Amino acid sequence: MIVGQKKTLDERQRWYWKKNIRFILWLLVIWAIVAYGGGVLLAEPLSNVQFFGVSLSFWIAQQGSILVFFLLILIYAIRMDRLDKQYVQLLKADKEG
Amino acid sequence: MSVEAITITLVIITFLIYTAIGWWSRVRDTSSFYIAGQNVPTVANGAAIAADWMSAASFISMAGLVAFLGYDGTIYLMGWTGGYVLLALLLAPYLRKFGKFTVPDFIGDRFYSSSARAVAAIATIFISLTYISGQMRGVGIVFSRYLQVDIIVGVLIGMAIVGFFALLGGMKGVTWTQAVQYFVVIIAFLIPAFAISAQLTGNPIPQVSFITSDIVERLSHIQIDLGMTEYMAPFTDLSMINVFMMTLALMAGTAGLPHVIVRFYTVKSVRAARWSAVWAIIFIGLLYLTAPAVGAFAKYNLIDTIADQPLEEVQNIDWVNKWETTGLLEFNDHDGDGVINYTSGEANEVSIDGDIIVLSTPEVANLAPFVIALVAAGGLAAALSTASGLLITMTSAVSHDIYYRIFNKTASEAQRLRVGRITLFMALLVAAYVGINPPGFAGEVVALAFGLGAASLFPVILLGIFDKRMNKEGAIAGILTGLLFTLIMIGSILSESIFGTDGPLLDSFFGINAQGVGVVGMMLNFIVSFIVSRLTAEPPKEIQELIENVRAPEIDEDVSEKD
Repeated sequence: MIVGQKKTLDERQRWYWKKNIRFILWLLVIWAIVAYGGGVLLAEPLSNVQFFGVSLSFWIAQQGSILVFFLLILIYAIRMDRLDKQYVQLLKADKEG
Repeated sequence: MSVEAITITLVIITFLIYTAIGWWSRVRDTSSFYIAGQNVPTVANGAAIAADWMSAASFISMAGLVAFLGYDGTIYLMGWTGGYVLLALLLAPYLRKFGKFTVPDFIGDRFYSSSARAVAAIATIFISLTYISGQMRGVGIVFSRYLQVDIIVGVLIGMAIVGFFALLGGMKGVTWTQAVQYFVVIIAFLIPAFAISAQLTGNPIPQVSFITSDIVERLSHIQIDLGMTEYMAPFTDLSMINVFMMTLALMAGTAGLPHVIVRFYTVKSVRAARWSAVWAIIFIGLLYLTAPAVGAFAKYNLIDTIADQPLEEVQNIDWVNKWETTGLLEFNDHDGDGVINYTSGEANEVSIDGDIIVLSTPEVANLAPFVIALVAAGGLAAALSTASGLLITMTSAVSHDIYYRIFNKTASEAQRLRVGRITLFMALLVAAYVGINPPGFAGEVVALAFGLGAASLFPVILLGIFDKRMNKEGAIAGILTGLLFTLIMIGSILSESIFGTDGPLLDSFFGINAQGVGVVGMMLNFIVSFIVSRLTAEPPKEIQELIENVRAPEIDEDVSEKD
């Protein structure tokens, strides 16, 4: 039912895995900066910045970070869908070429 | 109709719906019983994850916890949502690709070891059992407060309902009931939130009026005036290091909770696993973006109603009177001046249980009796959906991982299904027992469940996927180090309530409290498993192939035929 049952990863699969790892690392860097930078480590300086009726760090800690988490998961799903398509196209090209 | 009559009617209607779904989704094979036959649609799985995840604590207690912690309530808001980023990016797609039944399945196969499988199964049972006692308690509390039914009777009714659809339908029945229960939970949470927001700010959207109105700022000022900590200022209740560690422990713990992870096994494909994480965070986020608003608005309302008011006048308010009789709201006029001093420290004359914030909002905001009934049905749905997910997870750990995979490898399909149902029934009895006789440290066991998830299962699964060199020796050494360290630390810091010692054996671990210490256990797990794995033999060839296979892209059949 599924390809990729070969003994080891071929060149294309390795390319796919490296791309995947790079997406994950970027998204996790943003995750850490927003949650632990904006919400915790920089909470004191950022509490002097006004964001609508509350302080910026308060908003990040109580709402903003959750919106960012949603965006990160969404972006990952979209980018991986695109990567899956690229991979299939490469397979086709290999076959034709 | 009286509030009680409406509540009973609504609760019975929702229970009948859950039962009907259980009957409709009854199953005959183990794949359906444990992983719903792997054909749950993405959106339904997202809703089921959300209901599975959002427990009685999320629904009843969290807004109150945030209301009393102020800024530092972020540990729950970020901690209980940020773990989904870890799940979606680091675990869910690969576990789905691996495609077996349970979390111990992955750990046992990946580390080619029955001991690893057994340790993972025991961790799963322990985590789920500590968690389920809180859910059953939640069921009992809702029954006793809204319907004046005895807590024991309430727990038994709840168990009977969960037992019916879980025994018949296994994971399939649980999944579809959870998807429906999510909508009961979220509607019950949002309607009072809309109402209190419209009343206080003129804007009915609480998630928006939370920042556009000046309620939070006014609450900050009032709290300072009353001698409490400033609502909007960080680290007034918890130190920075504890906020950091507790948030991280809850996030990694979320990603290490077996009943949540296993939900990603139930969808059709790797792609569907990624998208069910998207739906899950949408469904969960809806409640979590609302909770801080409900917390702040309700607290503002509460302070406004009682602080510096004549005691007698306040006690005549209908809802104050009602909650005073439950013991969740207490006044004690120390100085005998007849005026309520609401402040922090010695002079304070009010004690408020955080659960009141959500439970009393409909009454404080003068909403129709129907809304009060809805909150009761929502609390029950939140508790029952989580309880059913935990039951299935415990059952699969015993009947699939321990009985079938370790003791009786030749068991037939029918035998396995029968053992599964018997185990589930026994798990129900255990859950009912801990619901009726909860351990005295019920609040602390949640910290324990998350700490253990973060320190044991999460690192091992992560390394199993991303570190090809990780072997049996490393994984077992790591998991045991993480478990033991975290158990000992939590046990010593909370020894007063767990073992009844005169004082805590240990104040904190270098300033980190019990809820955050799981992060240290997690780091030790990572370090120990890395070192041990590098000093011992690399995993066998077929295991390295298994890992490559889990990492390889999943392509539909039609493409592979062309290949």
